[in-house]
Amino acid sequence: MGRGGSRAAPAAAAPPWHALPDEVWEHAFSFLPSASDRGAVAGSCHSWLRAERRSRRRLIVANCYAAAPRDAVERFPAVRAAEVKGKPHFADFGLVPPAWGAAAEPWVAAAADGWPLLEELSFKRMVVTDECLEMIAASFRNFQVLRLVSCEGFSTAGLAAIAAGCRNLRELDLQENEIEDCSIHWLSLFPESFTSLVTLNFSCLEGDVNITVLERLVTRCRNLKTLKLNNAIPLDKLASLVRKAPQIVELGTGRFSADYHPDLFAKLEAACAGCKSLRRLSGAWDAVPEYLPAFYCVCEGLTSLNLSYATVRGPELIKFISRCKNLQLLWVMDLIEDHGLAVVASSCNKLQELRVFPSAPFDAAEQVSLTERGLVDVSASCPMLESVLYFCRRMTNEALITIAKNRPNFTCFRLCIIEPHTPDYITHQPLDAGFSAIVESCKGLRRLSVSGLLTDRVFKSIGAHANRLEMLSIAFAGNSDLGLHYILSGCKSLKKLEIRDCPFGDKPLLANAAKLETMRSLWMSSCSLTLGPCQQLARKMPRLNVEVMNDPRRACPLDSLTDESPVETLYVYRTIAGPRSDTPAYVQIV
Amino acid sequence: MSPPLQHDYIGLKGTELRLGLPGSESPDRRPAATLDLLPAKGAKRVFAHEVPPPAPAPAGKGKAEEEADGEDKKVAAPPQPAAKAQVVGWPPVRSYRKNTMATSQLKSSKEEADAKKGQGFLYVKVSMDGAPYLRKVDLKTYKNYKELSLGLEKMFVGFSTGRSESSVIPGKDGVSESRNDGEFVLTYEDKDGDWMLVGDVPWEMFTDSCRRLRIMKGSDAIGLAPRAGDKSKNKN
Repeated sequence: MGRGGSRAAPAAAAPPWHALPDEVWEHAFSFLPSASDRGAVAGSCHSWLRAERRSRRRLIVANCYAAAPRDAVERFPAVRAAEVKGKPHFADFGLVPPAWGAAAEPWVAAAADGWPLLEELSFKRMVVTDECLEMIAASFRNFQVLRLVSCEGFSTAGLAAIAAGCRNLRELDLQENEIEDCSIHWLSLFPESFTSLVTLNFSCLEGDVNITVLERLVTRCRNLKTLKLNNAIPLDKLASLVRKAPQIVELGTGRFSADYHPDLFAKLEAACAGCKSLRRLSGAWDAVPEYLPAFYCVCEGLTSLNLSYATVRGPELIKFISRCKNLQLLWVMDLIEDHGLAVVASSCNKLQELRVFPSAPFDAAEQVSLTERGLVDVSASCPMLESVLYFCRRMTNEALITIAKNRPNFTCFRLCIIEPHTPDYITHQPLDAGFSAIVESCKGLRRLSVSGLLTDRVFKSIGAHANRLEMLSIAFAGNSDLGLHYILSGCKSLKKLEIRDCPFGDKPLLANAAKLETMRSLWMSSCSLTLGPCQQLARKMPRLNVEVMNDPRRACPLDSLTDESPVETLYVYRTIAGPRSDTPAYVQIV
Repeated sequence: MSPPLQHDYIGLKGTELRLGLPGSESPDRRPAATLDLLPAKGAKRVFAHEVPPPAPAPAGKGKAEEEADGEDKKVAAPPQPAAKAQVVGWPPVRSYRKNTMATSQLKSSKEEADAKKGQGFLYVKVSMDGAPYLRKVDLKTYKNYKELSLGLEKMFVGFSTGRSESSVIPGKDGVSESRNDGEFVLTYEDKDGDWMLVGDVPWEMFTDSCRRLRIMKGSDAIGLAPRAGDKSKNKN
């Protein structure tokens, strides 16, 4: 843009670039693809800071405690879409006790005051109450998108408020939330005149819905593209719903089990035949294999298939998947077994993301034949595969090395060997070599979860090679402080580190305290931490919140503990908001 | 229906986020793996078990649960998959997925039995005399009559007048002509289509046979003898 001063300066010379009005910069910034780019320009100079922040439309707050809601709203007054995330990731696995925090209410209240034109709100791992939902419905006249992921604290009464109040709602996307069923017919509260729905996902709802009302809603919302039903919707109702929405792009089936009836099969098949645009399929709880062929006609068009709740085994499942030649995303249970994955490998060459979930994670005995072979096959034959989540019970270094060689394009590699400390089952060695190969080969790796028997050596490799790694999950691994030190002193791009049950102490934390401020958060539970050094860390780094978690049932005041008292859980995150004021009794900010 | 905000705790015992001294362990807590420094590479750690392993079952894998100290490279397990007490949050399966799978496994393992028993939920209609519409409750969310009564009270709170908190359960105040306005009686229709007074049979038997509930006006419930004394078993 630098025009520079012109030599022969006519009277109507353009202003030097640094004096251009804000509107010009705002327009320029609107082309920046990512929030981090916008953050970078905002840091350049005051005028750019001003222009950028006043034109920011989309705000992602990856840690709700990193900034105060009112500050965020004031800083970015033009936001139309906001996403806020709350609890640490390990809350998904029950490691965060109830009433920990992450209330959505302060964010909704601040938004209601400062962002009247807000159109989209997304909350993840937060406590969202019915009052929040009522506030949303009442405060934003052009509210369009509500997405709640892994949240809790609300009921169908709150959904009723949204349905009744949000006239322009386009998306209601409820993913894996805990929703109390108050048996209010919330669906009926969408007015008859309401037709704007594009996405309706209530798959996590446990109660009944009024099917007639649902059918009417689906019929009148001609732009409906995503419909994800819950487990209460039986198969025959699915058929009639699908018939009413042949334009559907993404479908989550309801309960997929029913006794086999040729009529029902024919109905289902006919309904599917009408869905020329269907690309994504999910749901299928308790899927009865006999009905899967009814969906054969859509297989070829599918790009995304989530059968991770379908306890279907055997030939029908494999036949189904083998017809899905254009799959980019596949989520299945380990019931697919190695030979099923071999079929996937040969049929689904466009596969980009594979997730294999354990059907019986808490059984010690192995009941399904899913091993490292399946993953090796898929990684060998699917050239676009870049994201993997794989639960299995055995692994070898050789397999991992092969996988690393085949697929240097991994961006996300999460391997969970179910039994902690499992070594290479052939050589009985730790899996250091295998995971080292992964990080050395996959230069673009952004997310990694390690498992199995691992020593400090693997962390040395990770620290040295995983330069793009942003999120690392470690459990039951390492020998000593050195392991953690390797990570914190390396891993240039690390943002989130979560560790459980590793023999890591506090020395590496103190030695790498500055690193923690470059990261979003650090979680350590069941490690070898003590209170004194955590307090030291907090004193050293005032822009970090250092939270120590105690047993929630112990009324033991943390003041009575000494420097040597062990710390069960540590959660550290950078913040500009200072210590939070909503900690429960069992959390102390040191 | 599980109440909100309950994370998937395997009882609160399982959380045990306690500040215990290293090496100390409560009887039902698996010692933190971190307490043992791993010796030379390859050796496995020793775990104590809260639960003794079950009878040997066909095992395939070399995942020894218990090994003597110093057994360096041995991994081929005795053919005995130990039943481990569950480590909290491991393997890392989301609570949502765990709950969903638990429900469906419950269903599939009881397929031969009464279909109702296999379900994770048991919704029955509840009607209340004078109310404009019916409600539905999931009987599986209650463990006893008292909880059911409280749950129904919450649901129909708008319609009740001057009810004492225990008036829905017969047997406390008795079902008799002495009932005045605003007091209700809880009845249910059983498998045979008969209308029965709630509270006579054990809770499990009740949930097996209950098809729908009706909250009757006390004034309609004449002719039924008051219950002889409080049967404490029916309180639970």
